[in-house]
Amino acid sequence: MTMVQTKPESPNTDADDQGADLRLAAITKRFGGFLAVDNLDLEIPAASFFALLGPSGCGKTTTLRMIAGLEQPTSGSMSIGGKDITGTSAHERPVNTVFQNYALFPHMSVLDNVAFGLKRRKIRDHQAKAKQALELVELGHLSARRPAQLSGGQQQRVALARAIVNEPALLLLDEPLGALDMKLRRQMQGELKRIQTDIGLTFVHVTHDQEEAMTMADTVAVMNQGQVEQLGAPRELYELPRTAFVANFLGKSNLVAGEIIEDRGDAVVISAGGNRLAVRKDRSTTHQGKALIGIRPEKLRMMWPADAPADGSNILRGRVLDSSFTGVSTEYLVEVAGIGPVGVFSQNHGQQLAAPGDDVVLTWDTAHAFGLDGDEDTQAGAREAEAAAT
Amino acid sequence: MRRRIGPWLVPAFGGLAFLFLLVPIAYVFAFSFNDAGRTNLSWRGFTLDNWRNPCGAPAVCESLANSLQISSIVTVIATILGTAIAIGLVRLRFKFNATANMLIFLPLATPEVVLGASLLAQFLNIGVDLGVGTIIIAHSMFCISFVVVAVKARVASLDPKLEEAAADLYASPIQAFWRVTFPLLLPGIVAAALLAFAMSFDDFIITNFNSGNVDTFPKFIYVAATRGIPAQANVIGSAMFIIALLIVIGGQILSNRRAKMLAAR
Repeated sequence: MTMVQTKPESPNTDADDQGADLRLAAITKRFGGFLAVDNLDLEIPAASFFALLGPSGCGKTTTLRMIAGLEQPTSGSMSIGGKDITGTSAHERPVNTVFQNYALFPHMSVLDNVAFGLKRRKIRDHQAKAKQALELVELGHLSARRPAQLSGGQQQRVALARAIVNEPALLLLDEPLGALDMKLRRQMQGELKRIQTDIGLTFVHVTHDQEEAMTMADTVAVMNQGQVEQLGAPRELYELPRTAFVANFLGKSNLVAGEIIEDRGDAVVISAGGNRLAVRKDRSTTHQGKALIGIRPEKLRMMWPADAPADGSNILRGRVLDSSFTGVSTEYLVEVAGIGPVGVFSQNHGQQLAAPGDDVVLTWDTAHAFGLDGDEDTQAGAREAEAAAT
Repeated sequence: MRRRIGPWLVPAFGGLAFLFLLVPIAYVFAFSFNDAGRTNLSWRGFTLDNWRNPCGAPAVCESLANSLQISSIVTVIATILGTAIAIGLVRLRFKFNATANMLIFLPLATPEVVLGASLLAQFLNIGVDLGVGTIIIAHSMFCISFVVVAVKARVASLDPKLEEAAADLYASPIQAFWRVTFPLLLPGIVAAALLAFAMSFDDFIITNFNSGNVDTFPKFIYVAATRGIPAQANVIGSAMFIIALLIVIGGQILSNRRAKMLAAR
């Protein structure tokens, strides 16, 4: 764990309170008959930037609230740095939260807001420390104001300063950028990441915005229906989704259902609508029977029939249904016989663009395809991804 | 023509309405300077004697002191209990929440005569001596309802996330209440307390049933009216009105100044 010394000096802490590991074991939370979190096991290493990503209602916020102590699990246990915290109240945990709408105390000055946690723990020099934390988020000059006199972005920073000034073992962020406009959000993403690396705290970030999760987090856990679908580094999740939900929720995927008809040793061949599509065994969750083969739109190469390789696997012949030119790239929808519409994302290299009605050939590198369980719904997560994007 | 009258219509009616509201008060005020003999019903000439010696008439100040004492105690009781009930009704989810919400309105909806009479019957049945104690109990009962209604609106508009934030920042439930919840509810609580004080100070009907031989100010006036109200009653009425007015104006000036100070920063 790296601790760069730009952190507001920290005389108070016993060392294992600093950015400690968080461990959730078999955590379940029910609200009446609704199962919000289902037997969740999670380990968040110290000093990491961890994102819980998922559509609304997937249990990510409930998980966060249980970690904060604002909600108690129905069953299961949790510990921070090896110390069991199950059943303790929010005010007894070395955890601080940046709330979705900041929840700044409207009757206090910005400085008093930031000093609140320090004062409750009777820490000396609370005013000076609060001032320092405000400097860290570049708001030192506004410390006498009331929260209502600040812009949304400024309030966000105050909420951040109010949490990090306590040097918690864990910093929880509940959709912290949701209320900001796009430009400010991008800027704050960078800033949050910078602060996290600077002070070396463990950040647990809840969001429904996959781009936000991927740009900021070291590790992303994609949640769905109270469970973690898949957990890993952003690149890993994106390049090799293990469930249809992850494939569709995290970026877009073309998922095609078929049957495995051939084992080539290191790869299997799937037959879908008369096409032979190969996928590497280490990139497929299933090696026989029914399977889904997935390929990201930007991994497809689109070419004119004349330039296409001779018959083999990983070749789809189709006709352009629709194209939309966005400048940097063109997004195509190609109708492939026996498979249906396939999305293609083609970067603008200055090549001639295809128009609706044109016949085209799609190919790709076997190393880019992934195989999923044949029983999965090819549309799982697609609707949630659309809802999350709006 | 209509065009010219139109803009004047609203201010004119507004002015009339204010006149309608204020004339009786002006009347009370004017007659506090009346050189009245035994009854203060017709004008007999200007004097400052009444104001110089407000306690001149027998029992005026005694009843006023009773009223102030009772209203103060009632305000404290009703405000504390009413605030607690209001927070409970909004925040706690319990089985008879809706029923409790409705029951709390009941004292406000029941005719005062009925309340007063039934309270009296109760006190007599359990053998309590009527006096200051029974008045306080009776007043607290209906004042609590006023406080609950006034504070509940404030509690409902309070973001529960703020208390969660306080808990997240190491505040125990008690600290969270006094540092965050209470200061944010304070304007509502103060308004409710003033309302409770006014309702208690003003009450005649329920008091009349349950006071025994203790005289409150309204009861004194009522009884005195049969033989002639002393001008000192007008003095005290006017003084109360002026004090209330000063409090309101002072509050306005204070909040204006605070708004300006915040804007200047």
